[in-house]
Amino acid sequence: MRIVPFLISLLLTTGLVICLNLRWGGLQKKPRIGAFLSPQEGFWQNAEPVDADFSGTVGLPGLEGKGTVYFDEYLIPHVFAASETDACYIQGYLHARFRLWQMEFQTFAAAGRLSEVLGPGENNAYVKYDRSMRRLGMVMAAKAALGTIERDTIMRKDCDAYTAGVNAWIGQLSQGSLPLEYKLLDYRPEPWNNLKTALFIKYMAFELAGADNDFGMTNARSFFSKADFAKLFPAVPDSLDPIIPKGSPFMQPARIPKMPVTADSLYFNSTATVTDEELRPEKSNGSNNWAVAGKKTLSGRPILCNDPHLSTNMPSIWYQMQIHTPTYSVSGVSFPGAPFVVIGFNDSCAWGITNSERDVRDYYSIKFKDETRQEYWFNGRWQPVTAQRVDTINILGSAPLYDTIVSTVFGPVMFDPTFTGFSDIASNRSYAVRWKPADPSDELLTFHYLQSARNYHDYNDAIKTFQAPGQNFAFADKEGTIAIRQQGQFPAKWKGQGLFVMPGEDSSYMWQDTIPGDRNPYMRLDSGDGRGFVSSANQEPADTTYPYWLSGNFPVYRGLIINRKLNAMNSITPADMMKMQTDNFDVFAQMAQPVLLGHFNEKGLNAEEKAYLNIYKLWKFHNDPDEEGPTIFYLWWNHLEHDILDDEFAGSPLRLQRPNESTLLEALIRDTSWSFIDNVNTKDVKETLQQVVTEAFRQTMPDLAQAGQEGRLPWGKFKDTWARHLLRLPALSRTHLPIGGGTNCINAAKQFHGPSWRMIVQLTDKTEAYGIYPGGQSGNPGSPYYDTFVDRWVAGTYLPVWIMGPDDKADKRVKWVLNFSTASTE
Amino acid sequence: MLIKVLVNTLLIALLSFAGGLFFPNWIIAPVAFAVSLLIPLRPLPAFLSGFTALFLLWGGLALAADVANGGILGTKIAWLLPLNGSHYALVLVTALLGALMGGGGALTASFLRK
Repeated sequence: MRIVPFLISLLLTTGLVICLNLRWGGLQKKPRIGAFLSPQEGFWQNAEPVDADFSGTVGLPGLEGKGTVYFDEYLIPHVFAASETDACYIQGYLHARFRLWQMEFQTFAAAGRLSEVLGPGENNAYVKYDRSMRRLGMVMAAKAALGTIERDTIMRKDCDAYTAGVNAWIGQLSQGSLPLEYKLLDYRPEPWNNLKTALFIKYMAFELAGADNDFGMTNARSFFSKADFAKLFPAVPDSLDPIIPKGSPFMQPARIPKMPVTADSLYFNSTATVTDEELRPEKSNGSNNWAVAGKKTLSGRPILCNDPHLSTNMPSIWYQMQIHTPTYSVSGVSFPGAPFVVIGFNDSCAWGITNSERDVRDYYSIKFKDETRQEYWFNGRWQPVTAQRVDTINILGSAPLYDTIVSTVFGPVMFDPTFTGFSDIASNRSYAVRWKPADPSDELLTFHYLQSARNYHDYNDAIKTFQAPGQNFAFADKEGTIAIRQQGQFPAKWKGQGLFVMPGEDSSYMWQDTIPGDRNPYMRLDSGDGRGFVSSANQEPADTTYPYWLSGNFPVYRGLIINRKLNAMNSITPADMMKMQTDNFDVFAQMAQPVLLGHFNEKGLNAEEKAYLNIYKLWKFHNDPDEEGPTIFYLWWNHLEHDILDDEFAGSPLRLQRPNESTLLEALIRDTSWSFIDNVNTKDVKETLQQVVTEAFRQTMPDLAQAGQEGRLPWGKFKDTWARHLLRLPALSRTHLPIGGGTNCINAAKQFHGPSWRMIVQLTDKTEAYGIYPGGQSGNPGSPYYDTFVDRWVAGTYLPVWIMGPDDKADKRVKWVLNFSTASTE
Repeated sequence: MLIKVLVNTLLIALLSFAGGLFFPNWIIAPVAFAVSLLIPLRPLPAFLSGFTALFLLWGGLALAADVANGGILGTKIAWLLPLNGSHYALVLVTALLGALMGGGGALTASFLRK
């Protein structure tokens, strides 16, 4: 034996093997390279053959009858099951088989477990995210929802079946067959359970009802004079066209919420400020839906349309499918992570949802007796906290963090001296949070009932238990009825309640009551009635004649243009609706043009400035991908807004809420000498609107020159829409998609956000439906079905939704057949 | 001699594939080591034999997967790793990594037998 070469060789080989199987510190998103590259366990196993065969036989123990899934050429499953419970079983299996990683990852996010998988993140961002989710009470909320689900025999059975389906797939996974992302991040899926389903539902509740502006508004109130504050944050925008048309009658409130006697002194005139920073969901989570009655359509039957605006993630938040049981057939999109079809239609009716944008998250300032935070001042004495727990946050590559979370009568303490959220400023103040989705509820029940709804009454019964996140449910049926209802359990607030952080020293500022369900704004049009359409686009549900005070963050412009178009349209066809859903007209830009051009000094413009001005003048407000007008307008308005507001806002070191763009535009239309136009830093000069508009235009020149050099002047390139992988890795995303639209267009495609599913359903005897989403049915980046629909979505084209019948088993559209039986696998 | 090298190579490749069905990626090093203990070779032929066996096994498996997949995933991973989107380079890197582990295992055995 040659001892020295042997030892060297042994050392090098072992060293190499170990190095290739080690996670390298600091490279937390990097996999173990040996395991990752190994063709027998690594990513090559995820390289799905382009001619892969999805047919086969699967045994699902406990399945009540036989089940069959017919996949069409887009890998859309048409599930034929012996019962709804069986359908849930198979749905769970399909979700897991095609989307396991995303569904589990989203429940990790909901449960505040991101750092466990991703590490602490830059500037501890993932740890802050996790602490925010845990303190908000996401897990408690999911457990409360689970309690409600499990007390209901139908829901319990369906959710148990769904969980069993997910676990049937997880149970047979080997290292090699794990989804790619588990290999990238090097971890393994946990068994699924009903709590994870509930966590997913709460994740959506956070996305859609987790937004408020309480801290920014509190600081703005304390900084600005009463008059200035009223100018920046008017109650209702001038251009509002509410969901329920102006002039509609409303039932009077059952009980009027009472404003506390101390409201003026301790609340509206308080000078308290906040430095903590909340975790907030994507601010433009919104949507469009509308239904037109038969009197406005060519077929004489209603058409329902819906396009929910969510992050355009890959894998998509949606999974398209058809579910056929002996009692109904439903088609549409489902959430991987939960049973049922969430947006869709059956043989009798169709429904679509948009977010209500109502404010259901409020904060209370808590005075603790001492640093132990065991007692707080409430109703005139020191009260013990209502609960205390210590959460363990496991952090990849670091020691765990133990977070002590106490609760008060208002809700959990979100911020205290040990946690300031995303702010780096130390604070000795504490705030408790009251959040509606934390209450026990069962939103899934609504979709269970909607799947088999036959008419308006079924729809109404189905949605009435839906508590949060508040949604506008649009509806149309084959009897000719169309309807919309803003459904949710909303707190009845006195005017101004929850705009700012509220005093938490007594019970007078607590939510007093819930708006009774029958007082929620709604509109029902039977065939031939009224204006012949219902619609919503996240605007205020009603004007100020609605007997309850409405608070939230309601955009105006999409609702305005939708109603304008629908009012003018007649003999509508599904093709007209496709054109409308993908319309890039920017009504905000149209309304802003008189302000920009009416107060512009063209004297002394150089050739370059004249050229850009000319492009802008010729632009017809269509945010099409090749237009340069939208880019010029976007930059010009942006500079104008900063020039008008920044001088005042810079006076405070705190983050102040900024007014909505509609507020600024309407102020400038109403009052060309609006006080904010004057720059407070130029003491002797009073700037005019013409000066700031002209100056803002000049300021866009360097931006435009740079965009021009980079070839980013066309709006599609400037806006740069992506269908982005959840881990934000460009290699796994579809980048630089040439799509138009934007925030205030019906086609609300922004950079990483937009119409996440476009659906059109015409309720003729034989239902005619179309749909498209920016993703693909497979969540595997190595599958040819990963991005099947993206290019069609970009081009604004649709795929017909095939409603497969029991007699279509031999139809040429069936590409693969997957059989399910109670017997054990293969 | 040449027969011995060929048998050694073939055996390492076959047993590595079999081992890979049940064990993590590192199994190829002990497999190459064990086979080369049974079939003694001089250091260089031993190394080359282990190297070639795994180069062909891992490279072949990766190439087969890549071709069947039309390079869809290989291209994405080759952008994720610094390989400029070349899925062929990724196949080569895969083959080389396996080859180094296999060659190392076989070489170590050869020194032990000498």
